[in-house]
Amino acid sequence: MTAVLKADAVCRDFGRHRAVDQVTLSVSAGERVALLGHNGAGKTTLFKMILGFLRPSDGALAVAGHAPGSADARRAVSYLPENVAFQKSLTGREVIRFYAKLKRADRAAAEALLDRVGLGEARDRRVGTYSKGMRQRLGLAQALIGTPQLLLLDEPTSGLDPISRQDFYEIVTEIAARGSAVFLSSHSLTELEAKTDRVAIMRSGKLIADAPLPQLRAHAGLPIRIRVESTSGDAETLAAQLGGSRVNGRSVEILCSADRKLERLNAIGALGAAVSDIDVTPPSLDDVYRHFSGAADQEEPS
Amino acid sequence: MMVNIVAVAGLELKLGIRNRWVILSVLILTLFAGILALVGSAPTGTVGVDRLTVTAASLSTLSVYLVPLIALLLAFDTVAGEIDRGTLHLVLACPVSRFEILAGKFLGHLAVLSIAVVAGYGLTGGAVAFAGDSGLAGFDVLARLIVTSILLGAVFLGIGYLASALVRQTGTAAALAVGVWLVAVVLYDLGLLAMLLVDGDGIFATTLFPWLLVASPGDAFRLFNLAALGGAKSLTGMAGIAEALPFPPGVALASLFGWLVAAFGGALLVFRRIEP
Repeated sequence: MTAVLKADAVCRDFGRHRAVDQVTLSVSAGERVALLGHNGAGKTTLFKMILGFLRPSDGALAVAGHAPGSADARRAVSYLPENVAFQKSLTGREVIRFYAKLKRADRAAAEALLDRVGLGEARDRRVGTYSKGMRQRLGLAQALIGTPQLLLLDEPTSGLDPISRQDFYEIVTEIAARGSAVFLSSHSLTELEAKTDRVAIMRSGKLIADAPLPQLRAHAGLPIRIRVESTSGDAETLAAQLGGSRVNGRSVEILCSADRKLERLNAIGALGAAVSDIDVTPPSLDDVYRHFSGAADQEEPS
Repeated sequence: MMVNIVAVAGLELKLGIRNRWVILSVLILTLFAGILALVGSAPTGTVGVDRLTVTAASLSTLSVYLVPLIALLLAFDTVAGEIDRGTLHLVLACPVSRFEILAGKFLGHLAVLSIAVVAGYGLTGGAVAFAGDSGLAGFDVLARLIVTSILLGAVFLGIGYLASALVRQTGTAAALAVGVWLVAVVLYDLGLLAMLLVDGDGIFATTLFPWLLVASPGDAFRLFNLAALGGAKSLTGMAGIAEALPFPPGVALASLFGWLVAAFGGALLVFRRIEP
């Protein structure tokens, strides 16, 4: 696999504040990588460096083998900014035509992207009448023009409803399958809905995790929550038998590590008819994310 | 390179039409030029100059005030406003150089301005020529006025871009544009006038004054047009000055071009350094 985006110990200082600190990561062709972090974690600064708007203070950065901001690099990368804005008095079609011209892409193919993102009906309406979600989708259509090598999406789903978000990831998956590298940022792991191949987490400018989601989950070692409901309504006895804590009159909650899950479930099964219902919840994506950003908090009290 | 410049220029012209900039500036220029033509063409019989030349003389004074104002209003939003609203980020990320963006916007705005000047002054000039009996006499004066008005507008577009690139907020850029207009076309002249009054026939009036006059784009524009009026010298007080200039009128034209290059170059230099 060829790395379309390659960052090697990239740093960026603003005065005495280090916004991006020794970030090393790569995104290969066909790969979808999500960059997570709170506001101010350094995601946008990293993006601006990839676009060539900002120069790294230290370290090396390459886009499709070229220096960021060079003509070759800009031809390779497509960008969707957070809260994308267009001239309000232009129509969706005019916006797409303009960017197709700048990117030397086929006009008909570019206009077809409007249908792909669900703006076919609204193509001749002025952008000023679009909702936030529609503007975001127009921004995505713009970013897809000319099949870019690297798709850079800054918090692309923040204004979208769940259905559009699902559509959005469908398109992202499609474009990655065609060989584009997708690098997108988000501030919530839940929003990603596990639709990316790898998750990188930034905290205070540092990259603190970079792995596929199942690995992150395993690495976090967060407990699985098992909730057991007793038939008789006697949670007290159940809690004594299973060693969990009573939640209400009927239910008991047990926390256990991933490798001991089956053992616990067998123990619950052994109780037979005394148990009326059982609910197993793996740690949520937000729990995993909180674990990583929280871990960094302890290392570096601020 | 040309494709990008033309694409940006075309979009800017389209926006100018959509946002009613074109129609508004045409109306303003036509209105004021019409009033001046009506008022100014009354006494021509006694002076013995064709009406078109008289009108052109008054229009050149109008241009000094209105054309820079329209140009600054078109330009002040170009960098600051677009970065403020986020509409420039996408373009900056595209494979387009900053020079191409600024040059494209410049050509687009210049087209808006040219439409306004050609339509406003052309209509007025046409009406005056039609109403009078001197036919096409003075047409060259009108043509020169239109071309140099567009050049004057180009200078102030460049100055507007520079102001816009220097600040990050649209509001500040707007205030700066109004300030530039006030200083360049009103206060500068008042200052020169005051110094003339203080030092009527010293070294200032004889040597320094003409050069200070030609150093200002508005006055250079006026000097060039009035100096070229030839037979109509007696029409305006300034024509006498044009006669007594220690340099040919071409210097005034060179001053305008110099301003254009300096302002646009300065704007480009600042625009290139902007980190959106």
